Amino acid sequence: MKVQNNKAWLMVLPMLLLVAVSAIIPLMTVVNYSVQDTFGNNEFFWVGTEWFQEVLASERFHNALQRTLLFSALILAIEIPLGIAIALAMPRRGIAVSFCLVLMALPLLIPWNVVGTIWQVFGRVDIGLLGHGLASLGIDYNYTQNTLDAWVTLIIMDVWHWTSLVVLLCYSGLVSIPEVYYQAARIDGASRWAVFRFIQLPKIKRVLLIAVLLRFMDSFMIYTEPFVVTGGGPGNSTTFLSIDLVQMAVGQFDLGPAAAMSLIYFLIILLLSWVFYTVMTSLDNDAASEQGRH
Amino acid sequence: MLRLANIARRVDSHNALQDISLELKRGELNILLGPTLSGKTSLMRVMAGLDRPDSGELTFDGESVVGVPVQKRELAMVYQQFINYPSLSVYENIASPLRVAGLERYEIEARVAQAAQLLKLEPYLNRKPANLSGGQQQRVALARALVKRASLVLLDEPLANLDYKLREELRAELPVLFAELGAVLVYATTEPSEALVLGGKTACLNRGRVEQFGPTLDLYRDPDTFMAARLFSDPPLNSLALNRDDGSLRFEGAEQALPAAVSAELMSKLPATEAESTLTLAVRGHHLRLGSDVSHASKSVARESLIEIRGTVDVTEITGSESFVHFTFMGQPWVALLDGIHAFPGGAAITLYARPHDCFLFNTQTGKRVRKLSGGE
Repeated sequence: MKVQNNKAWLMVLPMLLLVAVSAIIPLMTVVNYSVQDTFGNNEFFWVGTEWFQEVLASERFHNALQRTLLFSALILAIEIPLGIAIALAMPRRGIAVSFCLVLMALPLLIPWNVVGTIWQVFGRVDIGLLGHGLASLGIDYNYTQNTLDAWVTLIIMDVWHWTSLVVLLCYSGLVSIPEVYYQAARIDGASRWAVFRFIQLPKIKRVLLIAVLLRFMDSFMIYTEPFVVTGGGPGNSTTFLSIDLVQMAVGQFDLGPAAAMSLIYFLIILLLSWVFYTVMTSLDNDAASEQGRH
Repeated sequence: MLRLANIARRVDSHNALQDISLELKRGELNILLGPTLSGKTSLMRVMAGLDRPDSGELTFDGESVVGVPVQKRELAMVYQQFINYPSLSVYENIASPLRVAGLERYEIEARVAQAAQLLKLEPYLNRKPANLSGGQQQRVALARALVKRASLVLLDEPLANLDYKLREELRAELPVLFAELGAVLVYATTEPSEALVLGGKTACLNRGRVEQFGPTLDLYRDPDTFMAARLFSDPPLNSLALNRDDGSLRFEGAEQALPAAVSAELMSKLPATEAESTLTLAVRGHHLRLGSDVSHASKSVARESLIEIRGTVDVTEITGSESFVHFTFMGQPWVALLDGIHAFPGGAAITLYARPHDCFLFNTQTGKRVRKLSGGE
């Protein structure tokens, strides 16, 4: 027998209103801009998909997209293995645990623009500890002029800021593995690598995939830190999609193309997240059914 | 043969194991019986070489194995938890110790097939452990232990996490499975009934000490110490101190002495060394009978030759074929295990009888048995 309960809709209503105001209505505004042109005076002309075609064909967009993809790829390639390695090395019991956890949590507590400012100052050749130190060692380092230096600075900054998240997620997975697993592996004569590959990795797979997803989305949308440190420079070398978008919308006031670009940007993130999610759940089947049993 | 001599080990400043000496023979089933924290797992870890004893000797077939790394020992262990490699198939799980050992491919296939057949895992070889039932997961773990053909097999409460049916089924199979290995087989359990069903030899463990070691049935019928008797009783062993007034015995706090015939029978075989010691009488729940049962069973038995126990019923648990009557006797909680259904209401008076030769007498101070009774059952 099917029971209808219309009260449920009443329960969902506040959330629906909130989402409408915070997400759906702004999104519709952007959609509205993306298909029209304006010369001010609140006059709008229908242009259809013209802006989308223009953005997708523009070299500027391609370059920014490539930079962003490269940045995300590098971030994942560094932070995930590094995060796992640190989590594996962390102590499992004793007073050192709290110490390590607090230490790990510190970078995560700092606001993003402050992180940018810290590294902006830290890397300056004239007064920054890092920049000045490198210069005094005779290393020619200047993130405002050298593309490679700018990239290295941004990546180190992000690694410093966000690897902790991967560490904490992995650590939570690792501590949940019962001691007997390690004991059984020792009796089997399993190597350290085998223990990692066949016990630890399968057991942290779930949290690891969440870490990958979070780090991908965050790094793909990174804005504040490069904006504060390099401002997208030198030249356009660190102009990621987000920075490019803001320059177009706020700097040049090209609302139409900027709106089209936002939607494309949004769809790319949605698509890639969906891909990650699909891979995640298919890899995760064993873990999920295992969870179900216990 | 695994020989332990005066093994001791401290963990976190308390004595996990004290002065343990055991000789465990190949091809025999050795049971470690004791409550949680009695040192069963600690002892197994020492046997395995996972932990080093603080003192004492551990030899296998005459050679000392103290300090020999676990990997180099021919050892298999199965735990209460179902420990398998989560990402590997059942086949790969069973094969894993053989791959580490570097066996030939055909040898691995043959051994895995044999173990899978013995443990009825053949239909599941391609599945992941997570997709099996608890009983099957434990079968995989047992198969992993079996294929190694280890000379020391440690089973640490392997059936504790299984439901009743599966436990009975596996319990019957286990001794048969490992018998052919000719290994030293050690099985830890908290349940007296499990030890009795499995048979073999039993070591009663209490607070890191071996109370008694010997053939399981002997240990049950003829415990050496109060602790051994208590550990090996389910429902709990009933006991009460006895006062001795000029050759007659009296329950502590009781006004009347035990009948002269009972006192005489209990005291008759008391060794001279125990002439002055204070005594505790203990009797298992199923040795307590109702008055009606006593007179039915043996008409010749006179009440004067029986120990009379008058208590107040606290609660009665009825399983169907048996009734567990919890009652208070002289301020002590006692349990009687009676055949059939006996629905005594709480607060009711109850009178039960025990035959003197079913009772154990212990020295209250030392906890040692002061008298061996013939035919305890």
